[in-house]
Amino acid sequence: MSDIDGSWVLRARGLRKEYGKEAGLVRAVDGVDLDVAPGETLAVMGPSGCGKSTLLHLLGGLDRPSAGEIWLAGQRVDQLTEKALARLRRDAVGFVFQAFHLMDELTAVENVELPALLAGRSPRAARRLAAELLERVLPVALSGGQRQRVAIARALANEPVVVLADEPTGNLDSAAALELLRLFESLHAAGQTLIIVTHDSRIAATADRMISMRDGAFVDETRLTGGTRGNLADLAGLGG
Amino acid sequence: MGKILLVCRLAVKDIRHRPGQAILLLLVIAAAAATLTLGLALQGTTSSPYARTRAAANGPDVVATVFPNGSNAPGPATSARPGGPNSPEAADVGELAPLEHASGVAAHSGPFPVMWTLLRAGHTTGSAEVEGRRTAPSSVDRPKLMQGTWVRPGGVVVEAAFANALGLHVGDRLSLGGSSFEVTGTAVTAAIPDYPDVCSRLGCFLANGLASANPGLVWATDADAEHIAHAATSTPLAYFLNLKLNDPAGANAFAGRYNASASPTAPFLYSWQSIRDGDAQVIVKVQLVLITGSWLLALLALASVVVLVGGRMAEQTRRVGLLKAVGGTPRLVAVVLLFEHVLVALCAAGVGLAAGWLTAPLLDQPGAGLLGAPSAPSLTGSTAGLVVALALAVATVATFGPAIRAARQSTVAALEDSARAPRRRASVIRLSAHLPAPLLLGVRLAVRRPRRLLLSVFSVAVTASGLVAVLILHESAGAFLGSRVAQATTIISVALVILAAVNAVFIAWATALDARHSAALARALGATPAQITTGLSVAQLFPALAGALLGIAGGIGITAITAKNGGTTTIPPVLWLAVMVVVTLLAVALLTAIPARIGARRPVAEVLQAEAA
Repeated sequence: MSDIDGSWVLRARGLRKEYGKEAGLVRAVDGVDLDVAPGETLAVMGPSGCGKSTLLHLLGGLDRPSAGEIWLAGQRVDQLTEKALARLRRDAVGFVFQAFHLMDELTAVENVELPALLAGRSPRAARRLAAELLERVLPVALSGGQRQRVAIARALANEPVVVLADEPTGNLDSAAALELLRLFESLHAAGQTLIIVTHDSRIAATADRMISMRDGAFVDETRLTGGTRGNLADLAGLGG
Repeated sequence: MGKILLVCRLAVKDIRHRPGQAILLLLVIAAAAATLTLGLALQGTTSSPYARTRAAANGPDVVATVFPNGSNAPGPATSARPGGPNSPEAADVGELAPLEHASGVAAHSGPFPVMWTLLRAGHTTGSAEVEGRRTAPSSVDRPKLMQGTWVRPGGVVVEAAFANALGLHVGDRLSLGGSSFEVTGTAVTAAIPDYPDVCSRLGCFLANGLASANPGLVWATDADAEHIAHAATSTPLAYFLNLKLNDPAGANAFAGRYNASASPTAPFLYSWQSIRDGDAQVIVKVQLVLITGSWLLALLALASVVVLVGGRMAEQTRRVGLLKAVGGTPRLVAVVLLFEHVLVALCAAGVGLAAGWLTAPLLDQPGAGLLGAPSAPSLTGSTAGLVVALALAVATVATFGPAIRAARQSTVAALEDSARAPRRRASVIRLSAHLPAPLLLGVRLAVRRPRRLLLSVFSVAVTASGLVAVLILHESAGAFLGSRVAQATTIISVALVILAAVNAVFIAWATALDARHSAALARALGATPAQITTGLSVAQLFPALAGALLGIAGGIGITAITAKNGGTTTIPPVLWLAVMVVVTLLAVALLTAIPARIGARRPVAEVLQAEAA
C-alpha cells in the first residue's frame, strides 16, 4: 500500500493497542482507521484515558501496536526495527509534548539543535538552524508558553513529514495557548501536517478535521469548515 | 522508647523491602572488613612453629658467621664483585675459634663450611646454600629429618621448604656446582630462616653469577662440600658456628654486645630471636599485603556504598515525602536512613570478622620449613573494634550527606519525586556538539553528575593502584615472592577487581536510572537504542581512563610507602601498564553495557509519560 495519488501522508488500519490479559485486558486503542492528508491539521479529542496519547505514540513510532498497520510517507512503519523506528522519528516525525520535555541543562538553542546533531548535521549547521528559530535563552528563564515554543522548534528541526502534538496547550494559560495556536496556524499555512491530541474542544475547533475518541476507538469525525482560517481567538474562545 | 522502636521498624521494613540492595551493601562492606580482620589476625602467628622446630632440632641460641673477603656485613644479601681486580678469598675460620669458649657459651657445633653454588634439579636451575656437615649428628643444630636419612657421601639433605618448592623427593637427583647428588632426605632447621628467606637474616654471599638467585639450603658431607666449593660456579667458603648459651633468653643481648665491640672483619652474631623473625618475614609480607589491600578495599567499599546509598536515596524520595507528610520530623527521617545503613554495616562487620578469622589459618600455615600448625589467629577486642569501626565509618560517611539532604528536602518536592536538576557544563556541551551522536550523548551524560564522575574515577584509581602495586611486587620479587605472599596478592587482586566491578555496575545503573528521561527524550528525537547504550557506556569510560592513569601513579606511591624499610622496587614494563589500562577500559565497557542496555531499552512512551505525570 502506498499513497500513489498523494491523498494521504499518514495512514492507520485496524490499529490496536492492548495492555494486560484476560479479565485485566485494557484496549487503549481499539481498531482505529485513519487517513491524514498532506498539510492537514487533525485534532483528536476525547476525555482523559480514552487512548489519545497512546494513538499518538503509535503513529509516531514511540510505541508498537498490538495489531494493525501504520503507513507514514508511503512506508509501513509498524514492523520496523527499533533502529529504523529511531531513524523514522529523527527524519519524519516531530513530537510536541504537554510537559515540554526540554533538557534542563541545555539552553533553548541547544535543545533545538539536538535532533539535528543526532541526525548527523554539522554543529554549525545545527546551530544556525536553531538560532533561526530562537533567541538564546535558558529554558528555566522561559515561561511555559515560551518553553513549548522551544519544544515546537525542536520538533521542526529535521523538517518532519508530520508533527505530533500531545496536549500542547495542557500546561499553558489562555494567552500562551493562543500564541501557540497562532504558531500552529503558521505551520499549517506552510503546509506542515499536524496531528494535535487535546481534550479541549476550543483547541480542536481550530483544526481542519476533528476526531473524537472514547474507550480507544473513534466515535465521531467532523470536518471543520472554518478551520484555522477563521479568527483564532474567536474560534478558540480565547479572545478577550 | 516508642521512637526507637519506630526507627527500628522503619529501617528493618525498608531493608526487607529491598533485600537485594541490602545484601549487596552488606557484601561490599563485609569484603573490606574480612580483609582487615585477616591482616590483623595474622600478627605473631609464626611464634609457635618456630619454637617447636627449635626444640626438635636443638636449634642454636646464636649463629656466628664469617664471610669471604673478610666481609661480615649483615643484611639480606651480600654481593661480591665477580671479575673484580681481586678474586674473593675464603673466610678465615680462625676468627670463629675464640667464640667457642667465650664467656656465657655452654656448647657449640661447627664451624661448618658454607658456600653458594648453582643448582640444577630436573628442568629447574637456581642456587643453593650448601653447608658441609659430618655424617654424625651435631650436638647443636641437629636438623630434624622430615623424610629419608642424613647426609652421606654422594647424598645430600634438602631443607624441607626448598624441597617442597622444587618438588624434590628422597631418591631424586640434583646437581650442585656441576656434580650430581642424590637426595637422601629433607629436614627442617631453626639455625637459618627457611626458604625463600634463607638470606633474610644471616646474609648470603652471592657471587659468580648467582646475584639474581634466591638460594635454598642443602646439607652435604664435608668432603662433598669441599668438592662443590672447587666448582667454577661456587663461591669461596664462608663458615657458620652454632652456639648454645647458658642464658638462651639473653641471646639477643649476647649477640648485640659482641657485634658492637667487634671489628668490621670479626664474625657477626645472630640471635635465635632474629632468625625467628626471619622465618616470620613471609607472614609479615602477607600481613603487609593484606593490611594495605584492606585499606584499599575499604576505600572501594566507601565508593560502593556512596553510590548504592545515593541510588537508594533517589528511590526513597517519595518515601521520605510520605514520612514527613504524616508528621515525621527531618531528624526522624535522617535517623531512619542512617540507622538502616548502620544496621547493615554492623551485620557486615560480623560477617567480615567471621570470614577473616576463618580464612586466616589458610594463609598463616608455617610452610614446610617449620614444624606443626600455627597458634590460632588472634581475634582480640582491638581487632574486632577496629573492624567494626571501619564498617561503621564507611556506612556513616556514605550515608550522612544524603540522609541530611533527604531530611532537608521539601515535603512537596519529595512527594513529587522530582530528580535533582543536573549540572550544566556549557563548554562541554559546546565541545560535544562536534562529536558523533553516541559520544555526544556519553560526554553530556558523564558531566551531568560530577560527584558520580569523581566516584567513578576514584573507584577505578583505587583498584588500579592495588593492581599496579601487586604488579610491582611480583616484578621486584620475581621468582622469590613466595607462594603465600602470591596467594595474598591474588586474594587482594580478586577482591579489588570484584569490588571495582560491583562499583562500575552500580555507577552505570545509577547513571542509566538518572538518565532515563534524557535517554527516552533522545530516543523520541531519533537516537537509536544502540546510540544510547554506547553513550551510557562511554560515560563510564572517561572516568575509567582517568582512574586507570591515576592508579599507575597510586600503585607506584603505595609501593614506595610500603617498601620504605628497605628492598628495591622494579616498575613493570610500560607495555604491561598500557595493557592494564586497556583491559580496565574493556572491562568497564563490558560491565556497564548491561545496565546501559537495560536503561536504553525502557519504553520511551512509558518513561516520558511517567516523568510528565
